[in-house]
Amino acid sequence: MAIKIALAGNPNCGKTTMFNDLTGSSQYVGNWPGVTVEKKEGRLRTHKDVVVTDLPGIYSLSPYTLEEVVTRNYILDEHPDVVIDLVDGSNIERNLYLTTQLTEMGLPVIIALNMIDIVQKNGDKIDVEKLSQALGCEVIETSAIKGTGSRQVAERAVQMALTGVKTHPGHTFSKPVEEALSGIESLIDGTVPQERLRWYSIKLFERDEKVLEKLELDADGKKRLEEIVSGLEAELDDDSESIITGERYQFIGKLVSQCVRKRQSGLTTSDKIDRVVTNRWLALPIFAAVMYIVYFVSVSWLGTIVTDWTNDTLFAETIQPAVGGWLEAVGAAGWLQGLIVDGIIGGVGAVLGFVPQMFILFFFLSILEDCGYMARVAFIMDRIFRKFGLSGKSFIPMLISSGCGVPGIMATRTIENEKDRRMTIMTTTFIPCGAKLPIIALIAGAVFPNITWMAPATYFFGIFMVVISGIILKKTKMFAGDPSPFVMELPQYHFPAPKGVLLHMWERGKAFIIKAGTVIFVACGIIWFLQSFGFGPEGLYMVEDENASLLAAIGGVIAPVFLPLGFGNWQAAVASVSGLVAKENVVGTFGVLFGLGEVGEDDPALLSMVPTLFATSASALAFMVFNLTCAPCFAAIGAIRREMMSAKWTWFAIGYMTVMAYVMGFIINQLGGFLFYGVSFGIGQVLALICVAALLWGLLRSYNPNKTARKPAVAGAHA
Amino acid sequence: MKTLRSAKCGETVTVQKLGGEGALKRRIMDMGITKGTSIYVRKVAPLGDPVEITIRGYELSIRKNEAENILVD
Repeated sequence: MAIKIALAGNPNCGKTTMFNDLTGSSQYVGNWPGVTVEKKEGRLRTHKDVVVTDLPGIYSLSPYTLEEVVTRNYILDEHPDVVIDLVDGSNIERNLYLTTQLTEMGLPVIIALNMIDIVQKNGDKIDVEKLSQALGCEVIETSAIKGTGSRQVAERAVQMALTGVKTHPGHTFSKPVEEALSGIESLIDGTVPQERLRWYSIKLFERDEKVLEKLELDADGKKRLEEIVSGLEAELDDDSESIITGERYQFIGKLVSQCVRKRQSGLTTSDKIDRVVTNRWLALPIFAAVMYIVYFVSVSWLGTIVTDWTNDTLFAETIQPAVGGWLEAVGAAGWLQGLIVDGIIGGVGAVLGFVPQMFILFFFLSILEDCGYMARVAFIMDRIFRKFGLSGKSFIPMLISSGCGVPGIMATRTIENEKDRRMTIMTTTFIPCGAKLPIIALIAGAVFPNITWMAPATYFFGIFMVVISGIILKKTKMFAGDPSPFVMELPQYHFPAPKGVLLHMWERGKAFIIKAGTVIFVACGIIWFLQSFGFGPEGLYMVEDENASLLAAIGGVIAPVFLPLGFGNWQAAVASVSGLVAKENVVGTFGVLFGLGEVGEDDPALLSMVPTLFATSASALAFMVFNLTCAPCFAAIGAIRREMMSAKWTWFAIGYMTVMAYVMGFIINQLGGFLFYGVSFGIGQVLALICVAALLWGLLRSYNPNKTARKPAVAGAHA
Repeated sequence: MKTLRSAKCGETVTVQKLGGEGALKRRIMDMGITKGTSIYVRKVAPLGDPVEITIRGYELSIRKNEAENILVD
């Protein structure tokens, strides 16, 4: 039978580093059903029959956060044979807090005292022997990043799994608490496995609702439990959770003072870096400079060089003609050539062209995440974001989205609070990404050549959309609630491990190639087909004039939808829809439709043709705003689907964005046309004013989720 | 009694009691802020909130309104 080893520990204590070290390259990333938490599974490099599970990083086994519940359910229900508890030796007090909870769960536990290299470098000493005795389980010193000790821990864990000796916690609570616990034990004795009796009774003492539900005590049992718990609470003048937590930390505090000799030192290097980086005056300028450098290199400078090369040289000049020539040589049918060369290679190539750019961006972001700076960014920005209902942690995804929405959406994983996370996913693609730049350039250049601030204004518009969405959504039942707490660890800075950074970059980039590639592959085939074929009297045929194509027919059906926005012609409708594949397509579609072949957004012929599509300049602006804020491209929708892990939420997110985009476009076209371009006042303007009023109502209304709960209290006061 | 919110930068205080309840209180305690722990107030974020504290040998960020639940001497 396969042995199951679980890796548990605090966030940021080196679990994944150790996991990668233990399992080598045979790992895969899997998701738990129904939850947004990621768990990795792999096989031990040295024993292929041993499965290692990397559990999410947690601080405690409380019932309040998703990761904690997932972890403890995994340990309770999946019965791992051994738990390797990773303890960050350089932050031993808080890490041992989880240890005291894991050792109570009635299964073999072994401690990997990790980051021992840092402990030694700091000149601190840890008495491993004493620590092991006091905690009731074996302790092995490791440094996952350097690869020392990991193998040894794994070997011991396998041996322990084979003998199956359960760990008995070394710590006990104070006498009154122990008395209460044995009282609870006698209540539930026989209903739970013997080795977990203590764990369950502690959880019942803490009034853990998840456990209370699971054990289904009868009324009498509940009453007696409540008597025991509230009796002691009154005696000690504290709630039961606080009593247990306090005593755990007391035990650890005493233990650490006996086992750890800290060399009294001044400021560490990390402290010195932090002093500058989060300095009251320098923090914001430094942050701006770091971000400017990251985007300048990965998007503008180095990124453009490699993307241009892959798009223009690799795909357009090398692969496309080569494949086209080959297909012609083997005598493939014309439609097949068109499908493969123009549809698949042209379309998928346009997306893959951005991959090198993304890899560079991912590389920088991996470094930023690994070195400990991202947590500080959240720290610096929290104040601003809380003003409109988001936490500082939401800033990171939005920043990344200015490059590309896909990694931006993926970056929301660092936000623990599910409501905040969903809200961030829904709003983060309002920030114009790199692929939307051509749209901005086209409309600004063609329609507003004299307004130089038009392009930067679109970024402010994106931020404006995020802000108003934050305020409006936070006032709905779905997202209301206290802002998620910001009790967040600020990790020590450390030099990023090159292997980890490259692995991180590759994992993200690979996921993008595979998932985005599959979605776009299909979409490109379909759009090419619709663009190339028409339905005539003799059935399906390849069209010369695109006005006769199926795409034009479909566009003609969709077009009336956009009439209120001022671009109710099939070309603009199709351009908007084709933007779903990739936002660059909006400009590309215009080029194809005007018969200009391959065009850039600054092509003069295109610039003169585009304004003819729109009723007024306000309509053109509405077109741009709609395309910047509506449903993002398929790749980003795919990312939303993966991160939301729910079709319902994905549709809601896309629907919200599209409705907001439509409303904004409508207001701009109707009121803009009336105010600046001599359109007469009519029903459209009235409806637009109603939309404005509705938005203002959403923004300004006061919303109190406890309103109904408060009413009885008022009534009571009257009586 | 004063709360952690009113503690000044550079000050070291000792936790006397924790207010609040439920998830937030548990989270605060899970992170090591329990009765009798000493807290060093390291710095305030550039925009005045949150604050960075040192506790049990590591750095923790906490908002001022959350710090209000922590009574110190």
